[in-house]
Amino acid sequence: MTRKQRRTTFVVSGVTVLAVATLLILSAMRDSIVYFHSPTEVAAASFKIEDTIRIGGLVATDSVQRGGGETIFFSVTDMEATIPVEFTGILPDLFREGQGVVVEGTLDGSGTFIAKSVLAKHDENYMPPEVADALKKSGAWEEYQDGTMDTSDGPTARSKSDGES
Amino acid sequence: MISEIGHFALALAVMVALLQAALPLIGAAKGNRALMELAVPTALAQALLVLIAFLALMYAFVTSDFSVEAVAHYSHTTKPLLYKISGVWGNHEGSMLLWALILALFGGSVAFFGKNLPLVLKARALGVQGLLGVSFLLFILFTSNPFQRLFPAWPNGNDLNPLLQDPGLAFHPPLLYGGYVGFSVAFSFAIAALIGGKVDAAWARWVRPWTLAAWVMLTLGIALGSYWAYYELGWGGWWFWDPVENASLMPWLVGTALLHSSIVVEKRNALRAWTILLAILTFSLSLLGTFLVRSGVLTSVHAFAVDPARGIFILAILILVIGGSLALFAWRAPSLKGGGLFAPVSREGALLINNVLLTAAAGMVLVGTLYPLVLESLNAGKISVGAPYFNMTFGVPMIPLLLLVPFGPILAWKRGDALGAVQRLYVAAGLAVLVLLVTLALTFDGPWLAALGIGLASWLMVGAIWEWAERVRLFRVPLAQSWRRIRGLSASAYGATFGHFGVGLTVLGIVGMTAWRTEIITVLELGESRELAGFTVTLKSVEDLAGYNYDGESGIFEVSKGRMTQNLQSEHRIYRVTGQPTTEVGLRTTPLGDLYVVLGDPQENSERPAWVARMYYNPLVSWIWLGALVMAFGGGLSLFDRRFRVGAPQKARAKTVPEAQGVSA
Repeated sequence: MTRKQRRTTFVVSGVTVLAVATLLILSAMRDSIVYFHSPTEVAAASFKIEDTIRIGGLVATDSVQRGGGETIFFSVTDMEATIPVEFTGILPDLFREGQGVVVEGTLDGSGTFIAKSVLAKHDENYMPPEVADALKKSGAWEEYQDGTMDTSDGPTARSKSDGES
Repeated sequence: MISEIGHFALALAVMVALLQAALPLIGAAKGNRALMELAVPTALAQALLVLIAFLALMYAFVTSDFSVEAVAHYSHTTKPLLYKISGVWGNHEGSMLLWALILALFGGSVAFFGKNLPLVLKARALGVQGLLGVSFLLFILFTSNPFQRLFPAWPNGNDLNPLLQDPGLAFHPPLLYGGYVGFSVAFSFAIAALIGGKVDAAWARWVRPWTLAAWVMLTLGIALGSYWAYYELGWGGWWFWDPVENASLMPWLVGTALLHSSIVVEKRNALRAWTILLAILTFSLSLLGTFLVRSGVLTSVHAFAVDPARGIFILAILILVIGGSLALFAWRAPSLKGGGLFAPVSREGALLINNVLLTAAAGMVLVGTLYPLVLESLNAGKISVGAPYFNMTFGVPMIPLLLLVPFGPILAWKRGDALGAVQRLYVAAGLAVLVLLVTLALTFDGPWLAALGIGLASWLMVGAIWEWAERVRLFRVPLAQSWRRIRGLSASAYGATFGHFGVGLTVLGIVGMTAWRTEIITVLELGESRELAGFTVTLKSVEDLAGYNYDGESGIFEVSKGRMTQNLQSEHRIYRVTGQPTTEVGLRTTPLGDLYVVLGDPQENSERPAWVARMYYNPLVSWIWLGALVMAFGGGLSLFDRRFRVGAPQKARAKTVPEAQGVSA
């Protein structure tokens, strides 16, 4: 095999690999992209039931109901809109009322979000960027940062309790 | 006082690194011997200074000096000693110092053991190593000073995140960083070779031990991280295609390609420009990994609190290093033309296919990992790319690659004989098909893809052993003669056999875990049982728990099958200082599979006490990590190959590698 032939083989196989790779990426992307939405956007827009989406916000105070067997109910809020969530499984250790959370799943017909996964974080001080964005959009970010936020529907104010010294 | 010494040593290290970067490079350009010879003492001094800084920080952690901010934020007097030490790198500042330390130690080792390297090459490589050192030391001093004092000092600290208080995670960062940063040596040598315009077999032989050492550490680091996520996070999975995991997988894939392509440079003097490019890409992806983890730009289950200013600094380093080295490559690579010719069917051809597929897989992972960032910066919405994307785009290049692995070592250099290779492997192929059919018969109701997967895993394992048997002509020549061949076989040949066998083991684990895993989530009252994969799991009791620095409750599950009975314990821990809860998994590991039980929340409104419990049966899962161990063992074995030792230039080199490993462990 001459040098020229070898180079041609190299280029041709390289281009083929690239083409196959691009096709593969495009087709695989179609089914795996999960869009992120804030609770306000979810409440405003209508989604197809089969669309998997992510919602980020704070876990509303006094919204967590356990005790109905394996399924847990809670709400995710950005202080503008609140979305009820249903999740079957064990919640991450750092799941708390008033703290940031990202849930992934689908909406059912009645507006309840059926979560397939609840995104855990490893660190009390960590706020998923999506949640921070959702709060910034709804204007609740400043309040959250000051620790003066009230994430419940009731009158009691709740401060950001953990991890800050 | 000790902390000030550490801080001062760090500042001095920047100056020394600056000298290490500037003088030898100028010396090499001007042919000034005296300047070039400065590379060695400066590299050694830099390593020593960063080591002093690191030890000073460790001292502050061990003695619980809460006037140091990092210690106050991430340590506590009641923490066990091991976690006081691992707390040094359990936070951003300290982990960056560890990064810089490993970088400086690798540079120092090259200086120390490279007595017989050509002076110009050594001066340039150490100079580049010095440039990297300057950037990261400045980054630490300006944005992440671990010696920042607090006034007044805190009476006690905030404690380390309890999830990190785990033996697995104590050693995960040093190993992972050893891998990331270890590739800097290959990078520096590549840049040095580009400047000098000379890449040959000797160059490949000099670089190989460093690449191998880095690869071994990265393999172990990834495996340890994956195992930690498996047993500590309590989700029962071992890989989540999370951005941070992808960040460590990409340099591994390209680094694996580099290991294979540098063999071609060494033996056949071909693929030289490509190998240089791979060395640049491997380290660039390591830097990208550091950036992704440290900047927090991507939502990740592994993300910790971060500061955006730091992200921008690392991004600047990233752009400079990657942009600069690729520009240099584009300018100088044409001078590396030529090299040995080879037919498509040959050892070189097989290694080239290996390279193309591995880098293609890494490229796919890169696209999926960065795509959300690109979309977001274009304001096109926030997305995440799910596991199905990665499974598909990663699987497609991996399957042909794995099928071809056993052929590679059997093909001859330059011009191979495809038919002959098939003939030599037909017994191995037959055995693999037999395993496939047996699996199919045993699991006739299961997914047929799983049987194919098991067949593939056996093909890899039998293929690796078969290739070894061929080399020693087992049962074809008298045993005594085979024995001589067994002893005469080079360490790197054994390394390849173990490495490829390990891949087979890992594939076995992945297939078992993907195809046959069973899971139940259920509410259990005390004394209640459930059936899972032939086991009976009973919740026997839930007891209060008082640990070294945590309290909590512990669920005792009785597992029985036939005559076997065993208690598993899953804990809910609340760490006293932070109040942060963690879950400890109850695990029964056997070669056939793991039984994995997690105690969930108590039921609030039930009449009798009851808990949610989650149980998995994870078939063959431990082979995933054992396979990685075997791969790493193979890599380690290759380090002892004679060719790194025989002859004057390699004499000292063979010793360097255990040294480099010892440093990071």
